[in-house]
Amino acid sequence: MEIHELTLTEVQDLLDRGELSGTDLVEGLYTRIDAVEDKVQAFLELDRERALAEAKEAGKAQIAREADPGPRAGVPVAVKDNVCTMGWKTTCASRILFNFRPPYDATVVARLRQQGHTVLGKTNMDEFAMGSSTEHSAFHPTRNPWDLTRVPGGSSGGSAAAVAAGEALFALGSDTGGSIRLPAAFCGVVGLKPTYGRVSRYGLVAYASSLDQIGPITRTVADCALALGWIAGHDPLDSTSLAAEVPDYRTFLRPEVRGLRIGLPKEYFGEGLDPEVRGAVEKAVQQLEEGGAAVLEVSLPHTEYALAAYYLIAPAEASSNLARYDGVRYGFRGEGSDIVELYSDTRRRGFGDEVKRRIMLGTYALSAGYYDAYYLNALRVRTLIRRDFEAAFQKVDVLACPTSPTVAFRLGERTDDPMQMYLSDIYTVPVNLAGLPALSVPCGLNHEGLPIGLQLIGPPLSEGRLLQVGYAYEERRGPFPRPQL
Amino acid sequence: MEVENGPGWEIVIGLEIHVELLTRSKVFCSCATGFGGEPNTRVCPVCLGLPGSLPVLNAKALEYAVKTGLALNCEIASFSKFDRKNYFYPDLPKAYQISQYDLPLCRHGYLEIEAGGVRRRIGITRVHLEEETGKSLHAGTSIVDSPFTLLDYNRAGIPLVEIVTEPDIRSPEEARVFLEELKRVVEFAGVSDVKMEEGSLRCDANISVRPRGASRLGTKTEVKNMNSFRAVQRALEYEAARQIATLRAGGRVVQETRHWDDAAGVTRGMRSKEQAQDYRYFPEPDLVPIVLSPEQIEQWRRELPELPAARRERLAREYGLPAYDAAILTASKKLADFFEEAARAFPDPKMVSNWVMGELLRLLKAENKELDQVPLQPSDLVGLLSLVRDGVISGATAKEVFEEMFHTGDPAASIVDRRGLRQISDEGALREIVRRAMAANPDAVQSYRQGKEKALGALVGAVMKETRGKANPQLVNRLLLEALREAKP
Amino acid sequence: MQKLSSEQVAHVARLARLALNETEQERFAVQLGQILAYAEKIRELDLEGVEPTAHVLGLTNVTRRDEVRASLDRDEVLRNGPEVENGYFRVPRVVEEA
Repeated sequence: MEIHELTLTEVQDLLDRGELSGTDLVEGLYTRIDAVEDKVQAFLELDRERALAEAKEAGKAQIAREADPGPRAGVPVAVKDNVCTMGWKTTCASRILFNFRPPYDATVVARLRQQGHTVLGKTNMDEFAMGSSTEHSAFHPTRNPWDLTRVPGGSSGGSAAAVAAGEALFALGSDTGGSIRLPAAFCGVVGLKPTYGRVSRYGLVAYASSLDQIGPITRTVADCALALGWIAGHDPLDSTSLAAEVPDYRTFLRPEVRGLRIGLPKEYFGEGLDPEVRGAVEKAVQQLEEGGAAVLEVSLPHTEYALAAYYLIAPAEASSNLARYDGVRYGFRGEGSDIVELYSDTRRRGFGDEVKRRIMLGTYALSAGYYDAYYLNALRVRTLIRRDFEAAFQKVDVLACPTSPTVAFRLGERTDDPMQMYLSDIYTVPVNLAGLPALSVPCGLNHEGLPIGLQLIGPPLSEGRLLQVGYAYEERRGPFPRPQL
Repeated sequence: MEVENGPGWEIVIGLEIHVELLTRSKVFCSCATGFGGEPNTRVCPVCLGLPGSLPVLNAKALEYAVKTGLALNCEIASFSKFDRKNYFYPDLPKAYQISQYDLPLCRHGYLEIEAGGVRRRIGITRVHLEEETGKSLHAGTSIVDSPFTLLDYNRAGIPLVEIVTEPDIRSPEEARVFLEELKRVVEFAGVSDVKMEEGSLRCDANISVRPRGASRLGTKTEVKNMNSFRAVQRALEYEAARQIATLRAGGRVVQETRHWDDAAGVTRGMRSKEQAQDYRYFPEPDLVPIVLSPEQIEQWRRELPELPAARRERLAREYGLPAYDAAILTASKKLADFFEEAARAFPDPKMVSNWVMGELLRLLKAENKELDQVPLQPSDLVGLLSLVRDGVISGATAKEVFEEMFHTGDPAASIVDRRGLRQISDEGALREIVRRAMAANPDAVQSYRQGKEKALGALVGAVMKETRGKANPQLVNRLLLEALREAKP
Repeated sequence: MQKLSSEQVAHVARLARLALNETEQERFAVQLGQILAYAEKIRELDLEGVEPTAHVLGLTNVTRRDEVRASLDRDEVLRNGPEVENGYFRVPRVVEEA
């Protein structure tokens, strides 16, 4: 069997048995990358020699620790290009950071390295994670491996496409308003957005700090459990990091849902939902019901205001987070005879349209005279949305709904209409506003053979429960097909 | 410009003071604080504002900021948070400063000062914690004609408190006195070493004038770039006079920021088109709120050392010193500590006070040094004063010895011995010298006996000459008087 | 609100230090107007007395000890700098602008 056909869990077994090494994995994955990357274009930086050198180095360190009988590591991980990696550029798919080489590793990357894992390459994304299609990359769009004329979703489109195409076993994504779950749904892979604070944000280039969260994208729920365990945990370098202990998420992988209460939020099944998507999600819920879960309808009454609140809060934070790209200390520098000209030229030429749009929007929302009406009220709406979820979780253990109202759309279809693009995130954004964990699991293909995602949402720190339900569903669903490339 | 305030005008001043806190590491990262050094060597991803980095609050900086507020009699907020102040400037690495906007740590305090014999209470509006910016070096002669600017971020991220006063200050002199007292307070509280020349205390001022008795405030200007307490007073004197002259001439004061030019002795309006800044403050999402319990606040209050006002009062009471002495001795914590350590080990505190205020301050001033830059210790002074009290050396000799101790830190006794300065206090030996001096100066003896008491001086001089100044003067006096009485014909 | 005025767009662009040409200004005026019109939706809600969420999971008092750790090597600091001189970052002349 080819390495790219294995799951992360299978690879872990082979590593543990000493039948496979980190360098074998790098070679195997790069062979696959050589074969399909031209079509998919999931990566921004690939460097076989560097990846091999890292794997070799990690292997040596592992041999030195041989006395320690713990599980063997050595998985090369595809890392979204907004996560800082020493030795690899970190561009956020933006011209303004086209040459930026961070002098430090993000905490997640440092953690992976400590456990013997390495970097495979850096994946494409919407510039600064602003977008839902990966078309807003300053360098090139990524294509959906299921249909190369369609988008992979975004903003972690490169990570999701790489895993779907077999170019990676595990990729890191980041999710501010759906940026892990949406591409996972569009590409037929598993994506988890952890509880806010469960995974360190240190080294994740900020888009909207109060919403951003790093999470894993893998082929199966079991792989997701394994990968989450590698990256989760408290980090003293991130003030918003949670101190709660990290359980062994693999212990939740039981195909058991008897007695579980599943809520269907009625607002997520209304107007604008593609009937085929609705059908697939309802069928998935029915399979869980057959397994003994109780299904009931619940209401999250403020859902319709979530996207509006999101498009005030996220751009406001972004306008401040992205102010540091001024051409003084790193990155692209424009021209100018004085500092104000230099700033304006650097930022005009360094940022793409979508980024400028959100910076403008956020600057406006924070500016004198508008702050209360826009930003502060959006934070109040956030409170209402959080309370909606709290009330729902009094009645049910998890919520089940579509990840996206549609399947993957065509490249170019929504680029001219920002509002239309934003509506792709309508089912994912509320989760970020409430800081909750949510998992997207593939739940079928539409008549064109495009994947559909089932979204499972839980209360804070219920990642284990989500993985359990996702795993139980996956067991009932059976193996998911792979795209033909 | 002629500086003339005129009795018909009232000056209204409010100050905004920034003080660097004396923590070991920066406020949101673990880089060392400190002054000077090679550029860009005390920086990390956080204080450089590199993409992906995040701040974590230094617990000591929080404690010091609250202690500053406590020392200024403020109420401490039970709930406080940080906000981002957004503006572009090359010395601000993130293009926002982490500061505090609507929920500062401390509010509603005051500081009592005494200026021109009048005691006044100046209100403190707020004290909040924020981060220091980096440093710009402008090439050329001034910021205006400089072709380029160099940036050093070593200073970026040093913890700062911003202290804002109410517009309670009524004269430029009062502003200076307030700053001097504030400097003492933060220094005594142990939260800063307040070195204005290193920029660890900076002050901007808002100033307006109005006809005496008017209830409405005049239009204010903001004066910046004042680099010493004296500069603050001079700049405000100039600015008050300028505003009064403007109004008297029928003009009107323009609300603007003005830079103090210390060399020229004038304030100048900034030439740029003045526009209201829009800092777009919003809550810093990378930090979490601060919730302080009453117990925590009380503990910090208890830990606060004695502050200058209390210490002045105690020094006067405990050591029986005049108020004047107590005020001078508490000019700095170091000086007050020095005095007290010496005074506790010597039975005559006033004598200690005289030496500290006299010789010690004279030499420090002459050499432009701080007390901690000289080797002299309180025990050295005690040793010296004991020699004077025991008659081992004279007061005049002691001054010489003190100067050497000041420079070398050697004990007084060993200096006295090495230089052979010990007084002759042996009665027998001196009696013999006195007898010889009287025999050699019969005229002087004669004059004294005829009632010319001044003639005693000549006899003392003769004894001193023979002993090369080492005779104990009190003893010489006594022995001479005894001998003159005994030998009365 | 359907469209922002060109003065508003210019003001915001200046605050954000973004140089926009006329076409961009016009396009942003329309697009921002549309997005803001959508965001206006939250005005339908009665938000009186609702506490704003600043921190979603209610953490407080996260601090670190006042300990010094190694700073970055200066070569690392300056390596990404577009223009450096004698250990400093260099920029063209600084003009004051509000």
